[in-house]
Amino acid sequence: MEKQLLRITVNNEYHELYVKPKRLLVEVLRDELELTGTKRGCNTGACCACTVLLNGVTVKSCSILAMQADGTEVTTVEGLAEGGKLSPIQRSFLDHGAYQCGFCTSGMLISATALINEKPSPTKKQIKEAIHGNICRCTGYNSIIRAIKAVAEGKYKEEE
Amino acid sequence: MIRDFVYSKAKTVKEALDLLEEHKENYKIICGGQSLLILMRQGLVAPANLIDIKSIEELSYINFKPKDGLKIGAATTHSDIEKSSSVKKHYPVLVSMEKNLASVQTRNWGTIGGNLAHGDPAGDPGPVFIALNATVKIANSERERSIPLEEFFIDYFETVLEDGELLLEVQFPVVPPRTATVYEKFNIIKNDQGIVSVAVSITMEKKGSSCKDARIVLGAAASIPIRAKKAEKLLIGQKLNNGLLEKIGKRASKEADPVADIHASEEYRRHLVEALTKRMVRKAWDQARKPAR
Repeated sequence: MEKQLLRITVNNEYHELYVKPKRLLVEVLRDELELTGTKRGCNTGACCACTVLLNGVTVKSCSILAMQADGTEVTTVEGLAEGGKLSPIQRSFLDHGAYQCGFCTSGMLISATALINEKPSPTKKQIKEAIHGNICRCTGYNSIIRAIKAVAEGKYKEEE
Repeated sequence: MIRDFVYSKAKTVKEALDLLEEHKENYKIICGGQSLLILMRQGLVAPANLIDIKSIEELSYINFKPKDGLKIGAATTHSDIEKSSSVKKHYPVLVSMEKNLASVQTRNWGTIGGNLAHGDPAGDPGPVFIALNATVKIANSERERSIPLEEFFIDYFETVLEDGELLLEVQFPVVPPRTATVYEKFNIIKNDQGIVSVAVSITMEKKGSSCKDARIVLGAAASIPIRAKKAEKLLIGQKLNNGLLEKIGKRASKEADPVADIHASEEYRRHLVEALTKRMVRKAWDQARKPAR
C-alpha cells in the first residue's frame, strides 16, 4: 500500500516522513522516530500506557492513525524535560517513588502534565479523574497521587 | 493486524460526501476511531478505503439557542461536550454522562458522531439522547434528512446510515418546563461501558403532581437502545407511589430483550433493568417536581 507524507512536530522538532496509512501514531513514534519512551501496552486502547499530548491534550497513541496526527504537535515523555532538566512532575515522581516497573510511568507523567497545565491546583478527586484511564499494576496509585499532589501544592515551583 | 487500506482525509463536508459517493460500498468512515480501530485491529472490519472526517472543522461545534435547543456537530469530541457551559446549564445530564464515559484520553479524541454511528447498544449517548428526544441530521451528496435518534439504530453495530450517507449533527429540542432527565449505568469498573444502563426523562403536569410525559430508555438491554414504552404508559397521567414504581420496574424488565454474554446472564440483566429503572424513575420524578431555580 502506498505510503503517504506525514508532517508532524514531535517535542518541538518538525518531521516529514512517509508512512503506510495503517500505521498507528505509537508505531511511528517508537519505530520511525525512535522515541521509545512512549510504551505500547495493551494495544487495544485499554491501558493508556501510550498516552501522549496531541495539540496539548492527552490521547492514546495506539488508538490514532499516524496520518490523523498530520499537521499536529505531539509531546512524548522525552519532551517533558527542558534543557536537560526534569520537569516538576518528573522530579516529584522521583522524590515520591511514584513508579515500580515503570511501564505506566510515561503515560502517567503525560496525564499528570496535562492536568497541571489545565488546572494548576487540582483536588485529589481531580487528580484521580485525570489518571483514571492510566492503569498501573504495581504502585497501588497512592505514591503517584502524592507525587502529583505535591506539584499541585506548589512544592516544585521556582525550584532551581 | 490492521489490513492495508487507501486513506483519504476530507477537509469539508462536501469533500467527504464526494469521497463516499466515489467509493460506494467499499469504505469505512473514521472520525475519532476509538471504537473502529479496535475492530480493524481484530480484523473484524477491513475496509478497502478509509475516509477520515476528523479534521472537518465545520462538523465540530456546540450551538445552543433558547428557542431552538441544542445542536452538536458530529465531529465534536466528548470532552468538548463535557466542558461546554451551555450544555452544563441546559442539559446537565449530558455532562454527567460524558464524565463517566471511558477515559479522559478517549473523550479527548473520540467524537459524538462516531459513537452513535458505531451503533454499540452499550454506548452511553444513545439512551440519554433518546430520553432527550434527540434527532440526527444525515446527508449524502444529493440530499439531507433528519430522523429521530430512536429510529437510527437497527441492530448490533448497525444503523440506518446508507452507503454514501454521513451523520452531520445531533439536535436536541428545548427541554420542556418541569422536566428532569437522569441516567445511570451499572458497571464493575468505573467509566467502563454499562452492563445495563437506564435513562429516564419525566415531565410534570403544570398543576397537581401527575406525570405529563415520560421516556424510559434502556441501554445494553437489547440489540439497540430501546424505549420501555409500556412502562412509560404506566406512569403517564399518574402520580408516583411505591406500588406504581414496582410495577414500572417489572414492566421495563419484561420489555427488555437482553442477551447473556461474558458480563452478565440474561436474568441478571433483567434484574438490573428493573433496579435501575426504579432508581432512575424515582430520581427523575423527585428532580422534576422541584420548582425551577
